[in-house]
Amino acid sequence: MKRIGKLTIAGAVALIGTAGVASAQTKTLDTVKSRGSLTCGVNIGLAGFSQPDDKGNWTGLDVDYCKAIAAAVLGDATKVKYVPTTAKERFTALQSGEIDVLIRNTTWTTARDSSLGLIFAGVNYYDGQGFMVKKALGVKTAKELNGATVCVQTGTTTELNLADYFKANKMTYKPVVFEKLDETVQAYLAGRCDVYTTDQSGLYSIRVQQPKPDDHVVLPEIISKEPLGPSVRQGDDQWLTVVKWVHYALLNAEEAGITQANVGEMLNSTNPEVKRILGKDGELGKGIGLGNDFVVNVVKAVGNYGELFERNVGTGSRLNIARGLNNLWNKGGIQYAPPLR
Amino acid sequence: MAVIASDRGRRAARAGFFYRPEVRQAIYQIITVVALVALFYILITNTAANLKRQNIASGFGFIDRTAGFDVSQHLIDFDASMTYGRAFLVGLLNTLLVAGLGIVLATVIGFTVGISRLSTNWLVARLATVYVEVIRNVPVLLQLFFWYFAVLKSLPEPRQGSYAIPGGGFLNVRGLYLPAPVPEPGFGTVALAVLIGVVVSIAVYYFARRRQMLTGQRFPVLWTSLALIVLAPLGVFIALGQPLGFDYPVFRGFNFQGGMVLQPEFVALLLGLSIYTASFIAEIVRSGIQGVSKGQKEAALSIGLSKGQSLRLVVIPQAMRIIIPPLTSQFLNLTKNSSLGVAIAYPDLVSIWSGTVLNQTGQAVEVILVTMGVYLSLSLLTSAFMNWFNSRMALVER
Repeated sequence: MKRIGKLTIAGAVALIGTAGVASAQTKTLDTVKSRGSLTCGVNIGLAGFSQPDDKGNWTGLDVDYCKAIAAAVLGDATKVKYVPTTAKERFTALQSGEIDVLIRNTTWTTARDSSLGLIFAGVNYYDGQGFMVKKALGVKTAKELNGATVCVQTGTTTELNLADYFKANKMTYKPVVFEKLDETVQAYLAGRCDVYTTDQSGLYSIRVQQPKPDDHVVLPEIISKEPLGPSVRQGDDQWLTVVKWVHYALLNAEEAGITQANVGEMLNSTNPEVKRILGKDGELGKGIGLGNDFVVNVVKAVGNYGELFERNVGTGSRLNIARGLNNLWNKGGIQYAPPLR
Repeated sequence: MAVIASDRGRRAARAGFFYRPEVRQAIYQIITVVALVALFYILITNTAANLKRQNIASGFGFIDRTAGFDVSQHLIDFDASMTYGRAFLVGLLNTLLVAGLGIVLATVIGFTVGISRLSTNWLVARLATVYVEVIRNVPVLLQLFFWYFAVLKSLPEPRQGSYAIPGGGFLNVRGLYLPAPVPEPGFGTVALAVLIGVVVSIAVYYFARRRQMLTGQRFPVLWTSLALIVLAPLGVFIALGQPLGFDYPVFRGFNFQGGMVLQPEFVALLLGLSIYTASFIAEIVRSGIQGVSKGQKEAALSIGLSKGQSLRLVVIPQAMRIIIPPLTSQFLNLTKNSSLGVAIAYPDLVSIWSGTVLNQTGQAVEVILVTMGVYLSLSLLTSAFMNWFNSRMALVER
């Protein structure tokens, strides 16, 4: 009894000791630098945004953003650990510290910016929610969908927008709610539901992967604003600034005409704006915590925003989505970055 | 010798309070309890402080917020304008429904297969063996996927023409549509007749048992109960002019409207879980029956009972002692496995509460704690009931 008693006390004291130490506020930038790699939360598989190929290499718009941040912070775009997350667990992974940044086609909303303890660093893709139906149904517009069965993923803004849209238009619907993207699409293809709904980019991505893409039609209505962007934990202003300005760097590079191919010769340019962006003039990166030439590393790794877009979801890819809203502000879109100075 | 012992005792008593073993034990136990309480207190306050620091909302205020989403299967009324609290109830009822029906179905199938495996009919025994070996060794999630996707894909879409079921029902990939009974005035009397039948059957059961104890004669309780619960109310039903209307499902627009529908998610989950758990129950039943000494079966046969009667009246009541504890575990497994319904779109507690509500509110700690609490309560209730049942079944050895 004596020995057991002493062991119990010793064990309890040890546990209290470790539990009592409240975790100090960690600086993510320092953590990433000391770890030597970036842990990036991405989608488990959405063509155009983040998808592993048959050799396990990740590609996509969100993946390229991860590479850009790694290039800016560590100088090497390959030093990224990709953590695939479902819609259900993505926020918990970021809240708990499992990932450094979440770049997973996540919509920026008030609730997510506040009560989840996260903060968004920008919009890397302006999107909207749409519907996809089988062509055989002969439906031309979303207003004809009264009484339809709709497949949707759980815990997304899609689920909420769907309810709002049908209620506002005084229509009824039957939801079939899945956890994973694959299962949702499988059920739609098997005919379990008439309609599949998600962000338009997702609809195009899924449609293009079908054996007969022309059997499916994406309805013209866009029923919500879905600004997709990277998010980080609240309370870490330095890391937020880093992620924000990597995104702005990509946009400024496209505005200044700096591409992956010409960044080498652009280093010798006499244009003051180009010199500033590439870090030849002034101390661009110092205040953020990065090297002055971080834009050079970023553009060398993934190109500018336009190249990134076209390569993953635009004319250079199977999805073939037009720039539309995602074009630069002076070319008819709404991507606008503050100046790099 | 005695002098030395008492000397020692007197010395110990004089040495002090803290040398007495009971006192030391009490002190160690008090310290341990205080340490544990302190540990929990620190854990809870640490979590709360971290949540506050990270600006993550906490507390249970979110239960009264509007849900904003719809649910495909709800036993009570629910739509997007109701609260998260109501969504929790919907999920809980769905889980209870599939767990309750699953337990009943799994027990029936399990007992049948378990007894079949001991049959002298070679084909029946081998088929039961194949069933158990195959179903036990495939992960349950894969079996659910099989039932949902493999079976689902073979059904036609509503616009392609559904299978018609005689009586006004339809079967297609959206579900099994059946005419819904609509009680008209007068149906209350029929329901009352059923209730009276149930009560009288219970009385008959006790009367028959007492009679058997006293005289040894058996009374056909089963047939009497059936007559009381089914035939008598049926007679009342017909006598009152069949006060029951039907709401037939009609195809309008995209789907059938009206009638009642059995959704494929529910059917797939129920079948998948029942068949999976039944394979384990079959083995438990078999081990229970084989655990009863062979002499019992031979003695039963020697006094003139048929093989079926000896199984029913002699072997199985004794086998129940061995069967019930592991059977309880299987019931708990089935209840917890019902949480896999989220993979096939069945709106159970985990899907609605730990899925959608967790994601919309971001309050992972509270939601998961509540989910764990619910499953813990369900499991404790089930095992408490089974333990009571077991104690009733226990043979009192003389």
